[in-house]
Amino acid sequence: MTAEARQRRRIVADGLGVGLATGAYGLSFGAISVASGLDVAQTCALSLLVFTGASQFAFVGAIAAGGSPLSAAAAAFLLGSRNALYGIRLAPLLGWRGLRRTAAAHLVIDESTAMSVLRSTRDEARLGFLSTGLAVFALWNLATLIGAVVGNQLGDPRDYGLDAAVGAAFLALLWPRLREPGTAIPAAVSAVAAATLVPYSGPGVPILAAGVVAVVIGLVTTPPGAPKDGDPVVETQ
Amino acid sequence: METTTLWTGILLAALGCWLFKVVGMSVPKQVLERPAVSRVANLIPVALLAALVVVQVFAGDRELVLDARVLAAVYAVIALILRAPFLVVVFGAAGVAAAARLVS
Repeated sequence: MTAEARQRRRIVADGLGVGLATGAYGLSFGAISVASGLDVAQTCALSLLVFTGASQFAFVGAIAAGGSPLSAAAAAFLLGSRNALYGIRLAPLLGWRGLRRTAAAHLVIDESTAMSVLRSTRDEARLGFLSTGLAVFALWNLATLIGAVVGNQLGDPRDYGLDAAVGAAFLALLWPRLREPGTAIPAAVSAVAAATLVPYSGPGVPILAAGVVAVVIGLVTTPPGAPKDGDPVVETQ
Repeated sequence: METTTLWTGILLAALGCWLFKVVGMSVPKQVLERPAVSRVANLIPVALLAALVVVQVFAGDRELVLDARVLAAVYAVIALILRAPFLVVVFGAAGVAAAARLVS
């Protein structure tokens, strides 16, 4: 096997691993959604059509708390907005256009983004994005259906340590990026901001706040007229 | 009636969340080439990953908690320093957390 084939196989295996650890959380989502008053079809529709975990948990959380379906949708929007930020980073990397880009957009989530932005070539970025995105999509939806039908009988994913697995996966994805110049401090500030907000906000808001931190630090620390990172860009203003 | 509005909420949530994804993916190349946008776009995954790590490791129900996940994170850091493969880091951390909960 060539080194390239080995690397491709490793990217797909990593994607499937993340899909397994993350997808299993669909069990929790399915069980919580039904307990919140949605039926099985509505629960599965959320996983199939919304397909961004934090937004889905926010939606059923709002319904469980007695909120209107419109306020539930608003909570889902708020948390889903970070996927737009991911898309901005992914678009030039994946290089898809038209219908293919529109379809691929459905798979833009925390995990698929993280598994593709650190790849060095477009081919590897696409492979990481698709293997992770499709694995999470398939397993998340399957697990949602099972969780919605059987409830909590399969036990809590935490009993198998899967909550810790998801944290470790994000840490492993962050790790190599911390060595790039100018990333350690924004990462630390974002982490502190997220931790500070955890006691005062619902799930997902701390993550969104970190996105805002990134935007502010990025804008403040870009010198006027600076060239793009690593590129000899001719200014055209 | 109530079922209908619940379905409306679900479809609205689906449409809105998908539009966010599509809009992000459709930002024109010229905009992305601006230095400030490029710098922000590079920082966003780093910032969000850092926040996701903190939330996954320390967040409870509206509180910060220290539990088996912290031990798993310590294992993950050691495994990463030793350059362990990704899946060894991820599922090893699950094993550490599961074992810690079993004995506690």
